[in-house]
Amino acid sequence: MIRTPTPGQTVGPFFGYALPFEADSQLVPVGHPDAIRLHGTVFDGHGDPVSDALLEVWQLDPDGAAVRQQGSLHRDGYTFTGWGRASTDATGHYAFTTLWPGAEPGKAAFFAITVFARGLLDRLLTRAYIPGDEAALAADPLLSSLPADRRSGLVATPDLEGFRFDVHLQGDRETVFLRYPGDG
Amino acid sequence: MDSAPVGSDMAAVSQATITAEIAQAACAYAAGGAAEPRTRLDYPSYRSSVLRHPTKDLHHADPEMLELSAPVFGERDVAPVEADLTIQHGGDPIGERIVVAGRVTDGEGRPVPRQLVEIWQANAAGRYIHQRDQHPAPIDPNFTGVGRALTDEEGNYRFLTIKPGPYPWRNHQNAWRPAHIHFSLFGTDFTQRLITQMYFRGDPLFELDPIFNSTVDPKVRELMVADYDHNLTQPEFATGYRWDIVLTGHVRTPFEEEQ
Repeated sequence: MIRTPTPGQTVGPFFGYALPFEADSQLVPVGHPDAIRLHGTVFDGHGDPVSDALLEVWQLDPDGAAVRQQGSLHRDGYTFTGWGRASTDATGHYAFTTLWPGAEPGKAAFFAITVFARGLLDRLLTRAYIPGDEAALAADPLLSSLPADRRSGLVATPDLEGFRFDVHLQGDRETVFLRYPGDG
Repeated sequence: MDSAPVGSDMAAVSQATITAEIAQAACAYAAGGAAEPRTRLDYPSYRSSVLRHPTKDLHHADPEMLELSAPVFGERDVAPVEADLTIQHGGDPIGERIVVAGRVTDGEGRPVPRQLVEIWQANAAGRYIHQRDQHPAPIDPNFTGVGRALTDEEGNYRFLTIKPGPYPWRNHQNAWRPAHIHFSLFGTDFTQRLITQMYFRGDPLFELDPIFNSTVDPKVRELMVADYDHNLTQPEFATGYRWDIVLTGHVRTPFEEEQ
């Protein structure tokens, strides 16, 4: 029997004292020898930064395995849980410190991203793909189902510390947000 | 006569205008064909949503292995006392002590065991412990309004808290939110992630509130409303409210199909 899912509602303006926690965005400590940064800015339809958004990341470990470790809320500095949460700052910027995400053999590596914000009535899901493995990216079912101009927005941009991935909630460069089977 | 303090960013739109917009959207939905089981992202009566909703349809994706799993939380993450929001300070918080309990299942009725539930809410006077909350209602030094719990093996959760008050906001003139508790939930799949709000049966502010009504289907909206449950009420101590939560159906693996 299929039940109707409970609908989402906006995270609202007042999550800032409730959802963030110490080292929430540090899947590994800053200074970890293999640490990379996944960061970017969230923009609204005017191109203005969104300073009250919350992003979550979920990823495979560097070997391409799903992580089954508790401890995200009280990080011990050693256990990699594969999950983190980051609030945007006054400039709309978010940043995670993490490890390079692995992939299943032959598949494209990506970060799964959830976006919440005041003014956003339900959460949005998307993917930030790792650039470089052109064969895997070309073979990816989602990327190959998109026109080129929309596809590029889902591939993160390499920079000195890792990757940049901006989120455009609306507008010409609107990020591709996803609907999965069973979403209703 | 509106007596709310007028802030510099107070919208000039009246409640009557917002109420008319809500009614118009409801009529159009009732007359239209396609069911909308999800909350509408483009709902301009919630003014902050105008520049923050995608204009393109959500794009279909088949989940990869990563998205068929979800973060794991456990005893290292959440202590049992975090489910009691009434014992976080030196004294008893002011207000109506309530038990809020229910069961988290997926769309096929399977329990979501040992998963994280986070809540946050205003105090009994309708005030959040948040520096951006300017509502001139008293802060309760004995109430923060943040709790966490893990569901048990059958997907059950239970919080002890204080019934939140309604509070004013600046969406339009004399705008008030119905009393609610924010809930954050994880499923067994990444794609089941849910943040929503739990409301209380019979709230007179329901039909005035653009956020509640952004879930345009009245039957789906009902799923956000908790019911008083005398079986949860504790004698001489707390009244009880039951609220069950259904996550989206998780995508079955071939292995599960064979079971």
